[in-house]
Amino acid sequence: MTVRYEKSLGLTERKTHYCPGCTHGILHKIVAEVLVELGVLGKTVGVASVGCSVYSYEYFNCDMQQAPHGRACATATGIKRVLPDNVVFTYQGDGDLASIGIAETIHAANRGENITVIFVNNATYGMTGGQMAPTSLVGQKTTTSQGGRDPHNQGYPIKISEMFSHIEGVAYLERVALTGPQNVKKVKNAVKKAFSLQLEKKGFTMIEVLSTCPVNWGMSPIDAMKWVDEKMVPVFPLGIYKDVTKHD
Amino acid sequence: MPKKLVKGNEAIALTAIKAGVDAYFGYPITPQNEVPEYLSKYLPEHGKVFVQAESEVAAINMVYGAAGCGKRVMTSSSSVGIALKQEAISYIAGAELPCLIVSVMRGGPGLGGIQPSQADYYQATRGGGNGDYHLVVIAPESIQETVDYIKEGFDIADTYRNPVMILIDGLIGQMMEAVDLDKEVPKRKLPDKPWATIGTDHHAGRNIVNSLYLDAPKLEEHNLNLKAKYDAIKQHEVKFEMINMEDPDYVIVAYGSVARIARSSIEMLKEVGINVGMIRPITVWPFPKKAFDLIPSSCKGILVTEMSLGQMLDDVEIANKGRHEIAFYGRTGGMVPDPTEIRDAIINFKKWVIS
Repeated sequence: MTVRYEKSLGLTERKTHYCPGCTHGILHKIVAEVLVELGVLGKTVGVASVGCSVYSYEYFNCDMQQAPHGRACATATGIKRVLPDNVVFTYQGDGDLASIGIAETIHAANRGENITVIFVNNATYGMTGGQMAPTSLVGQKTTTSQGGRDPHNQGYPIKISEMFSHIEGVAYLERVALTGPQNVKKVKNAVKKAFSLQLEKKGFTMIEVLSTCPVNWGMSPIDAMKWVDEKMVPVFPLGIYKDVTKHD
Repeated sequence: MPKKLVKGNEAIALTAIKAGVDAYFGYPITPQNEVPEYLSKYLPEHGKVFVQAESEVAAINMVYGAAGCGKRVMTSSSSVGIALKQEAISYIAGAELPCLIVSVMRGGPGLGGIQPSQADYYQATRGGGNGDYHLVVIAPESIQETVDYIKEGFDIADTYRNPVMILIDGLIGQMMEAVDLDKEVPKRKLPDKPWATIGTDHHAGRNIVNSLYLDAPKLEEHNLNLKAKYDAIKQHEVKFEMINMEDPDYVIVAYGSVARIARSSIEMLKEVGINVGMIRPITVWPFPKKAFDLIPSSCKGILVTEMSLGQMLDDVEIANKGRHEIAFYGRTGGMVPDPTEIRDAIINFKKWVIS
């Protein structure tokens, strides 16, 4: 019998706490597989953030630190600066990265910290129960924007990849979506590229991953996938926003 | 070694290097800027890490990350900046990571001023972060003592896996004194750091730096383990100095710069026939409560004097257990008391008695 597929050694045996239909599971698997395929799992230190992914330190089968809300990139800076030959990544949601932690993220990027940021954008605060996120769409109903996000009062969805594409310390930046097998493949390629460039000490790499939150969006998992493709992608276009290797 | 004339903040930086600091993360704030300035030049020259962070918040989280890798790590700041660091200080205490934090106090509240103050005693000993935790807080009175306790402070942090704060004021940071930078401090046998997150290639199992326990019984157990550690610190690490405590008419309680000033006041009071002793807490957490049991009953009263409106005063009231009358004399907002002011506060003791 040929083994065609097995669970990545980059994941622990723990069952995840994620809700049915949530895409965190797929993304965990992708990151774990990439760390194993690159042969770096044993020298990786991951940083869990605050939000749904707070428990990612229980799931990634490598050394982990759990950072205060929004501070993952600062914590990762501390780790990487004293362990420059290790692989360091953060795994953060949109509330953590794009709201409370935007300063830490921008400055880590601007210093060209040689870390990889996995940025999960699901347009909501999942862990706390579906409040408005900095990336919530205009008109999106959340528990704190019950009439729909009103830009006059609550501003616009913040476009992280577009903003960060102007930062010189960024080596690689791509926005991908976890919708459908073809896109999932692209996510894995993007994540692998980011970690590979970290190994080449190219600088700050970030992959923004459009993700679903069916429970807080009040949708079935399939409808949630459609919502990403139909509503989120037009606001957050997919693609490579920066790639320093293109200028080499 | 011959003594060198050194500025307080530069002595801190020099000593950190001598104590084997691997990484410093900081953000500019007066009156401690010479610490990062000096280290920005010399740490990279020694192959060590210096990062000027984008904020005090980021700096202390870098400390968290690097300390979690088992490295010898420090930061320094002042009042408002220390306020910003409190969140991660709580995390560092909760995750049981060793590090050294130098707090060079200035006047507050708010943006306050930049002159010396001791108004952050509560901030240091009670903490502005959340949860049941303590820092070991050492409050030296001179640059020599600051240098000595920075070396020992790193070791105390490693011994207990707990952050240690060196609490001084702008006066010590900014003045120059003759210092022996190579003075020996007590040697400790330091534990290994098998918990460090350096990659699973280097240790069995996975290491996780964390302060989250969503299961209440587990969090209580974690807190009780922390308490056992704090109890051990209380038992082994209390430091204080007793000065002229044989049959004093009055006892002054002061720490840091103010204790230094009060030494002169005590000499002045001798000349007018008043015999005054002093309890000088060196660790302000844990507070040297037992020293107060050594005050003879014939003592007419305790004068607490601080560059604040009375913060350590609370600890003295607790330690005194109602045995002696307590008076308080403080200057605040960056004003430094003259030795004659403390002298006069003893002479007019009744005027300053607290109700």
